[in-house]
Amino acid sequence: MDSILASSTSTLESVKHFINVACEPHWFMIISVAAFFIFLIGYRFWTKPAVAATIAALVTLFFLASCLDDNFNKIVTKADNVPIVIMMVSVAFLLWLAFRQAAINDERMEKGEPLLEAGADDKVLVWPDLVYSELIALVLCTALLIVWAIVLRAPLEQPANPNVAPNPAKAPWYFLGLQEMLVYFDPWLAGVVLPGLIVVGLIAIPYMDKNPRGNGYYTFKERKFAITSFLFGFIILWVVLIIFGTFLRGPNWNFFGPYEFWDHNRPAALLNTEFHDLFWVNLLGRPLPGHYLMRELPGIILLGGYFLLGPLIMKATVFRKLSRDIGFMRYSMLCVLMLFMLLMPIKMVLRWTLNLHYIVGITEWFLNV
Amino acid sequence: MINQFGNWIRESQIWGSIFRHGVPRDRRTRAMAILSNVFLHLHPVAVRKSGIRLSFTWCMGGITFFLFLVEIVTGVLLMFYYRPTVEYAYFDIQGLRAHVTLGLLRELHRWGAHAMVIAIWLHMLRVFLTGSYKPPREFNWSVGVILLVLTLLLSFTGYLLPWDQLAMWAITVGSNMARATPGAGSEGPLSAFIQIGGVPLVHAGDDARFGLLAGTFVGPNALLRFYVLHCVFIPCVVTVLLAIHFWRIRKDGGISGPL
Repeated sequence: MDSILASSTSTLESVKHFINVACEPHWFMIISVAAFFIFLIGYRFWTKPAVAATIAALVTLFFLASCLDDNFNKIVTKADNVPIVIMMVSVAFLLWLAFRQAAINDERMEKGEPLLEAGADDKVLVWPDLVYSELIALVLCTALLIVWAIVLRAPLEQPANPNVAPNPAKAPWYFLGLQEMLVYFDPWLAGVVLPGLIVVGLIAIPYMDKNPRGNGYYTFKERKFAITSFLFGFIILWVVLIIFGTFLRGPNWNFFGPYEFWDHNRPAALLNTEFHDLFWVNLLGRPLPGHYLMRELPGIILLGGYFLLGPLIMKATVFRKLSRDIGFMRYSMLCVLMLFMLLMPIKMVLRWTLNLHYIVGITEWFLNV
Repeated sequence: MINQFGNWIRESQIWGSIFRHGVPRDRRTRAMAILSNVFLHLHPVAVRKSGIRLSFTWCMGGITFFLFLVEIVTGVLLMFYYRPTVEYAYFDIQGLRAHVTLGLLRELHRWGAHAMVIAIWLHMLRVFLTGSYKPPREFNWSVGVILLVLTLLLSFTGYLLPWDQLAMWAITVGSNMARATPGAGSEGPLSAFIQIGGVPLVHAGDDARFGLLAGTFVGPNALLRFYVLHCVFIPCVVTVLLAIHFWRIRKDGGISGPL
């Protein structure tokens, strides 16, 4: 009996260990990106109610079972983390709802049948049809919010003390994706330029997307490029990073698996590979040039090539039709925004594989990429 | 008896002066109910039937607006109990917990704010996935993005007000970013070049972070500044933009649908 118990405990421990490892930054991102594309490619299969319900049941089961683990339970049920669990559930559910309707619409369009949203002339009066649904929604939301407020007290920690910094010191949860980006980029990029570009890019979407189809109804087939790139930004680079930053980043912004104890004594990760070292010392076997501009020249050329040649190469290959359709200005804008967005996963991969610190590191000017 | 009383009220001069139309029972009076009410007339009189299905809109824009109203009501009530100074802020919040009857105000305000951030993201997701930003609604999408940014800023400025460790250090982490603004932060790229005769113009005492915090650290000035931004300035801007946002929905053809 004891041996059975012992062996099942050790199996459980090895499962937990496996999941802890699978949540390490590179695995977590690789698995997320893979799941993202598998979902998009097979969206007609994954959104079938039976399939989606099975997945939802399995995830719920896994989540509830995980709550038996002390370390997992502690971080998930922290009052300020509850909204993030709610966000995960609602984003997943509504993505399913949207892609379910997209799958139905896409199939109907192939068969030449009318859309779910068809019937533009089929109008109803706002009073009572809309006003009453709004009233019901209002009452339901009020009730939910009051229940939430009764069940969960708003946290209040010790009085502010500028001399005692908590570890980890985390930004508000909705900015944790940006704080996670600080692992890979300097603050001027992760904290200022990238958020600025996110806002500019969002505003620019309707002016860059000249595809007239998919206006006012759910579809994926007619807008594959637009939906994939938007969702990659929203799901992978925003929501997934928030989840990662909230649940898997502990003291010293170190990675901790979901079942791991937050050990304050684990030292911060070391970074020591610079692109100029890789190029001059490792590749050419020469000492670093004295002047910093000369030293960083290979990195500057690499980045310049990325931003200047990238659009040209894509224009001649994958974006041939798109670049013709939307014109020079829109295409340039699209490329700048997309290349900045892709810089994030690229820098992540470089960090995991080469432990690369900076591609261009002009520390003299604080200009590090 | 009750019916008679109801009729007596509806036939009175006071009722008639407020509601210019009869009970909304037929097409004409139902249209009048929307048209003659300053709040309801943000709606069109009639909408596409498929547009108001819950599975199409998810109601997330409406919920975001509802939560904004909750934040205003609970926020005003909270302002009665709270003084934005380093001496009082934390203890006012503590007192709010301990002494105020039905002390759910702070809970409603805090969870409502979290929920509003989530709801506005989901609203944006829905608008994107239905392609509702496409012509003629491009401009309204842009207004919506600004509203999204302002919602995050509202939440961010409110984060500091409890003046506990969580608040102070979250704002410290967040506002440290401003120090790295290119050309405007003391540790930002290219800032070192902005100088006259060797005297740097951008330094810790006048850079973007200083402007945000009214100081070089998160202290009393930052608390007051965030309080004013949180309670007065940003809500006013949001209200104006909301009016534009709602008005444009109507002008651009109501809830979107296939053309």
